[in-house]
Amino acid sequence: MTVLAIENLNVVFATEGGDLHALRDVSFKVPEQRIVGIVGESGCGKSTLINAILGLLAENGRIASGSISFEGEDLAHLDDKAIQDLRGPRLSTVFQDPMGALNPVISVGRQMRNIQYRSDLARAEKDARSIDMLRQVRIPDAAQALKRYPHEFSGGMKQRIAIAMALMMEPALLIADEPTTALDATLEVTTIELLKDLQAEIGCSVLFISHHLGVIAELCDDVVVMYAGEVVERGSTRQVFGNPSHPYTARLLDCDPARQSERTRQLPTIPGELPDLRRRPEGCIFAARCDRRMDVCAAIPPDIEVVPGHVARCFLAESQ
Amino acid sequence: MYAAASDPKRARLAAVQRLLREPLGVFGVTLVVLMLFGAIFADWLSIYEPNKISPRDRFQGPSWDHLLGTDQLGRDLFSRVLHGGRIALSVALFSTLASLVIGIVLGLIAGYGPRWLDNLMLLFFDSIKSFPTVMLALALVTLFGPSLTAVVIVVVLVNVPGYARIIRTQTLALKESEFVTAALSMGASTPRILRVHVMPNVVGPLLILASMDIPVVIAIEAGMSFLGLGVRPPTPSWGAILNDGFTAIRDTPWIVLAGGLPIIITTLGFTFLGETLRDVFDPRLKGRG
Amino acid sequence: MTAILEVKYLEVTFRVGPMMRRQDLLGVAGVSFDVNPGETFALVGESGSGKTTLARAVNGLQPISAGSVTFQGQRVDTLSVREMKPLRRDMAMMFQDPVGSLSPRMKVGDLVTEAFRIHRVEADLQSETERLLSLVGLTMDFAERFPHQLSGGQARRVGVARAIALNPKLVIADEPTAGLDVSVQGEVLNLLGELRERLGLAMLIITHNLHVVHHVADRMAVMYLGRFVETGPTEEVFSAPAHPYTAALLSANPEPDPDKAQDRITLPSEVPSLLARPEGCEFHTRCPWAKDKCRKVVPDATAINGRRVACHYPLDEGARPPPKKEPS
Repeated sequence: MTVLAIENLNVVFATEGGDLHALRDVSFKVPEQRIVGIVGESGCGKSTLINAILGLLAENGRIASGSISFEGEDLAHLDDKAIQDLRGPRLSTVFQDPMGALNPVISVGRQMRNIQYRSDLARAEKDARSIDMLRQVRIPDAAQALKRYPHEFSGGMKQRIAIAMALMMEPALLIADEPTTALDATLEVTTIELLKDLQAEIGCSVLFISHHLGVIAELCDDVVVMYAGEVVERGSTRQVFGNPSHPYTARLLDCDPARQSERTRQLPTIPGELPDLRRRPEGCIFAARCDRRMDVCAAIPPDIEVVPGHVARCFLAESQ
Repeated sequence: MYAAASDPKRARLAAVQRLLREPLGVFGVTLVVLMLFGAIFADWLSIYEPNKISPRDRFQGPSWDHLLGTDQLGRDLFSRVLHGGRIALSVALFSTLASLVIGIVLGLIAGYGPRWLDNLMLLFFDSIKSFPTVMLALALVTLFGPSLTAVVIVVVLVNVPGYARIIRTQTLALKESEFVTAALSMGASTPRILRVHVMPNVVGPLLILASMDIPVVIAIEAGMSFLGLGVRPPTPSWGAILNDGFTAIRDTPWIVLAGGLPIIITTLGFTFLGETLRDVFDPRLKGRG
Repeated sequence: MTAILEVKYLEVTFRVGPMMRRQDLLGVAGVSFDVNPGETFALVGESGSGKTTLARAVNGLQPISAGSVTFQGQRVDTLSVREMKPLRRDMAMMFQDPVGSLSPRMKVGDLVTEAFRIHRVEADLQSETERLLSLVGLTMDFAERFPHQLSGGQARRVGVARAIALNPKLVIADEPTAGLDVSVQGEVLNLLGELRERLGLAMLIITHNLHVVHHVADRMAVMYLGRFVETGPTEEVFSAPAHPYTAALLSANPEPDPDKAQDRITLPSEVPSLLARPEGCEFHTRCPWAKDKCRKVVPDATAINGRRVACHYPLDEGARPPPKKEPS
């Protein structure tokens, strides 16, 4: 079963310089119990996508067409109140800054109890669940931790508490937006491992947004590569990273300094700039920066299925 | 998100356009322009000498000869109102400008200088602020005698602590910013840092607040002149006209109206203008102040 | 060859806490290193390691509590702001935030030539703007732009142009790739490498990103809680890290390859507070190899294969993977 299915989603922002087509024909699925990664650089539309899913688009933004179906309901046509009711119990979030989820003046224990307001458990039972959850995210001395306030924890611990709170109600889908970006490398890997363990245990799906290719490779089953508001390639992580079929994916992978195990003075780059989304190019969105551009690229390329489940929006992609 | 990020000139132009789209803003601009016009061309527009006493024409009601009537000395009120507007507006603009300059300089020093100086200056600001305006005015008048200078000093003393505090707070924040540290590491002197890197980034919000303070200043000038602490007779001032009319309010109410209406119109005009400016330039301040 | 920058036993102390319970916190705890002309030296560490504080202390932006900083043979930590000013022509610094380190109401043209104005250097500013912008690969169109109209990569290039305006001898770069996309990071690093060769710059790079270091630095130092745990030539540190912390850092950078076996060194606990430094080896609380001696005796930095390593039991090549142990 599919938890989240996004189909031909188009998001437009009204700006003073004209309409800005922030997302164009975005489609992908998050199947049950899978971790799907969204990777892309700044300006690729990652945050717009999440905001669209959560019904948090800015005032000047609107979903022009397409659907976001979550457990059978179309979020694109749901009112804010209804989306709010889904958020929390079925659909939860973790953001880059854990303090967005934690209230600085309420103790961690009370915040965790507040999340369980829908449950009929007694107070002590709720606290027991909180302690259990904190243990799972490896907060030392979990029982004591309930009495403490967010600022008494380090950055890594705060993020782990935020994760614990997000997973407390066993949601169907966790949206994690760059949750490890602000953490040091050594903490980043432990947080990822933890997320992986918890996902397996709870059996939820995760939509994991990151610009860090290594983290995506490590954590995600499937990956969606975005560029300038379009999904240029998607498929299983192994397929996409092993056989990148869109030039952008290939170049992005080349750029990751971790790939250069040999010391080099000249690091690979992708010259050029993102296109102005107010005047979206007619054809392939990546054409202006692509070193394999052809004449046909003046038209929008079709989504070509390389192998079942692995799709690239490029004329060069070949079905195998 | 995705706001139009263009250069400041274009942004300013867009802001003016937005200002002219707000009905309240247009109303404010119209009132202010009207008052400024009257004050600037007071000599031209008034048929009579504002201080010319004409005992024969005492207490005349509004007529085609005297649009707003005359006062107890037979002076033409329309001429006096126009000339009074000149005083009200020049006092308001001059003292606001003076408060701005002093406030900015003191604020920059307090915000950027050493901690002890900051504390000392804050103490100074708070002590001034704790004086009620009227007491301050009375004290200054006993020192200097009733005059426009006294009015300006009162206004400056009333405004400066607030302005300086605003500048100080922002300067404190910018002091730690990376671009100021970067300038320091290049060897920039303190005056250069304050002039080039700090000041341009802190004065914007203050200018908008100051424009909203102009009506307050006009009220202070009128109030002091009403009490006889401001301009000295026979110089025309809206406050003085109000006072003249006050004694004879039952028989000749037009004198009070002649003094009061311009005060109301001008304060309203500046308030509308200031509030719309604030909303247009800095939406974050909306609903405050 | 005499070093252009010599840092000896440098300490930086911060006073923290409320008035009655002031505590001294050692941000940088006695580090020594030098940078030779034309050389790139990298300081690597995670947040709280004191690397930025160290860079600021070298640049004279942060008072030091012990030790010395010598730049071009002259002791600089004792100089007043005024005495330091002429030296700042030769020692430029780049700051972390590409856009935030540029004054928001100045145009790019004025930003890149600011050093000329500060040091009252007679020059044709128009042609200098052109020269500097073309050096960092930007066209003259950019001279009229404001910082908020630049992308991260462009803003970083402007930062580089500002730093090299007066042909400094040493450039201190604090996280030169922070906030940049991977496709742009390479550009900036390539640019720095190119300028270094063309202008003969010495560079001190501060970063948390080991991959950056690998490609640009000649020598490197790994910092933990304000101390150097390992110093040495970059190639050697990368091929065979001797300190467990260096090894953990190296293994903590996941590669974008799902099939790659990751024999990772996971550090179980969090970084200790600088106010409660662990006894013995300060890394022992997180070290998978820690033994009794590590908990009691402070290790001295010892020379191993041209490196200096502060560890009782430095790793030999092939000492990985670490002993598996369940995190408590």
